[in-house]
Amino acid sequence: MNQVVQVEKLRKTYGATVAVDEVSFEVREGEIFGMVGPNGAGKTTTIECVEGLRRPERGTVRVLGLDPTRQERALRPLLGVQLQQANLPEHLKVWEALDLYASFYPHPVDWKGLIEQLGLAEKRDAAFHKLSGGQKQRLFIALALVNDPQLVFLDELTTGLDPQARHAIWDLMRDVRQRGKTIVLTTHFMEEAERLCDRVAILDHGRIVALDTPANLIQGLGIESRIVFSVEGGRTPEGLADLPSVTRVENLGDRIVVYGRTNGQNGHAPLVAEVVNALTSRGVRFDDLRTEQPSLEDVFLTLTGQAMRD
Amino acid sequence: MRAFLKLTRVEIKLFFREPYGAFFTLAFPLMLLFLFGAIYGNEPSPYFGGYGTVDVSVPAYTAMIIGTSGLLTLTITMAVYREFGILRRLRATPLRPQTILSAQVVVIFLMTLLGMALLVLAGKLVYHLRFDGNPLSVAAAFVLGSLSFFALGFVLAGLMPTARTAQVVGMVIFYPMIFLSGSAIPLEVMPEGVRSFARFLPLTHVVTLLRGLWIGEAWSQHTTEVIVLLALLVVGVLVSIKTFRWE
Repeated sequence: MNQVVQVEKLRKTYGATVAVDEVSFEVREGEIFGMVGPNGAGKTTTIECVEGLRRPERGTVRVLGLDPTRQERALRPLLGVQLQQANLPEHLKVWEALDLYASFYPHPVDWKGLIEQLGLAEKRDAAFHKLSGGQKQRLFIALALVNDPQLVFLDELTTGLDPQARHAIWDLMRDVRQRGKTIVLTTHFMEEAERLCDRVAILDHGRIVALDTPANLIQGLGIESRIVFSVEGGRTPEGLADLPSVTRVENLGDRIVVYGRTNGQNGHAPLVAEVVNALTSRGVRFDDLRTEQPSLEDVFLTLTGQAMRD
Repeated sequence: MRAFLKLTRVEIKLFFREPYGAFFTLAFPLMLLFLFGAIYGNEPSPYFGGYGTVDVSVPAYTAMIIGTSGLLTLTITMAVYREFGILRRLRATPLRPQTILSAQVVVIFLMTLLGMALLVLAGKLVYHLRFDGNPLSVAAAFVLGSLSFFALGFVLAGLMPTARTAQVVGMVIFYPMIFLSGSAIPLEVMPEGVRSFARFLPLTHVVTLLRGLWIGEAWSQHTTEVIVLLALLVVGVLVSIKTFRWE
């Protein structure tokens, strides 16, 4: 598979602050590649070095085989860019912005379709400063797609969007990938990275601490699944801790949490089946039982020792 | 070229949607013309070497529009475009930096020209405005004065850290200058002290040059003005290249 982005030992400092150090990765053609991490982890610096908007201090960056700082002119028409911090003139209307940006490129798409796809049809004639945060965000996504780019960069893709709009944008991004385009995005929503990205790099303090598919990241760390339920009286049923898949049991007063590692491998029944069987065979009456699969959020917590929302 | 024309057209539309800039460039000079025209008329006066108040005011107000365009409109636009990330977004497109900046210059120049055209038209229709100069000479002086002040605008925008300070500093320079340079009120009515101070204001040289050429004086009588404005232009362009920032 072709590599559309190659980054090797990228380093960038601002004064005494090291924003990014020893960052290496590549992005394959046709994938959605995500960078996740808390604010200040170096996501934006990394993506802006790749976009050619910042000059790396050390290391090499290649985008579609070109050097983004030295061969910017050849590269620009091929890239779509949504910046984390950008604006348009406040009196510029939605359709004018798309019409204007389309005129900058040799082969723009029909922006009327983009207005529809991004749910901006009603706001076609609205001035930029009259738009809500989510509408501005969607307009910037439209501007990033107006040139039919081979490679799209999206910095904080769905920040400021409500859940419904977020899902619509995810579908749109999958469409874009379907058409053979490559997408590089940053996000601090773990759910977004997990559900949308083919591969994810986790950044912390300017370095990549893990890079793989979301599924591999989650499995690779052997993070436990959890079964949560409540029992009458709140007493921990006996014998649960001895089940083959179970690693430990916690009693949180009204709720019991059972931790376990397997999902039915090694000849064991799945964790949930083992626990439910044990409870029914002992005649324990339980309620509100749910299973919690480990998520990218858990991977992040394990790797960085901090919650994403800090 | 297509991108440049489209950007220019959009920026012209935006100019008219921003009431502040359009008012001071187009409406305010006309209001002054009608105000002083109503008070003094345009009768030939020995005070102005046989010309009327309107005859000397049209080139002087033209200089005022040039000052507005350079020190207020252009300064504020560039500082706002930088501070709020409008330039940043444009920079992520294939547009060359010189395309983005020259569109700004062309639009502000056209608006300055429109302001002057309205003055000339109103002067002709209402006050029988007299013009004894060479149109090409006046046009050349207009271009020189405009470009010098646009360069000054880019310098101010580049030196000021925020849009807010650029706006305040632009106004602090602009408002006293239009009264002390003879552009809003003729220097003939000013005391000697103001007249000698006026020589140090760049806008005075635009006023003097435009007024002189307007009544048919020769370029050779205005070498000082030409040298000052050319120097301002060259230094302004060099400094604004040094101080220009995308963000």
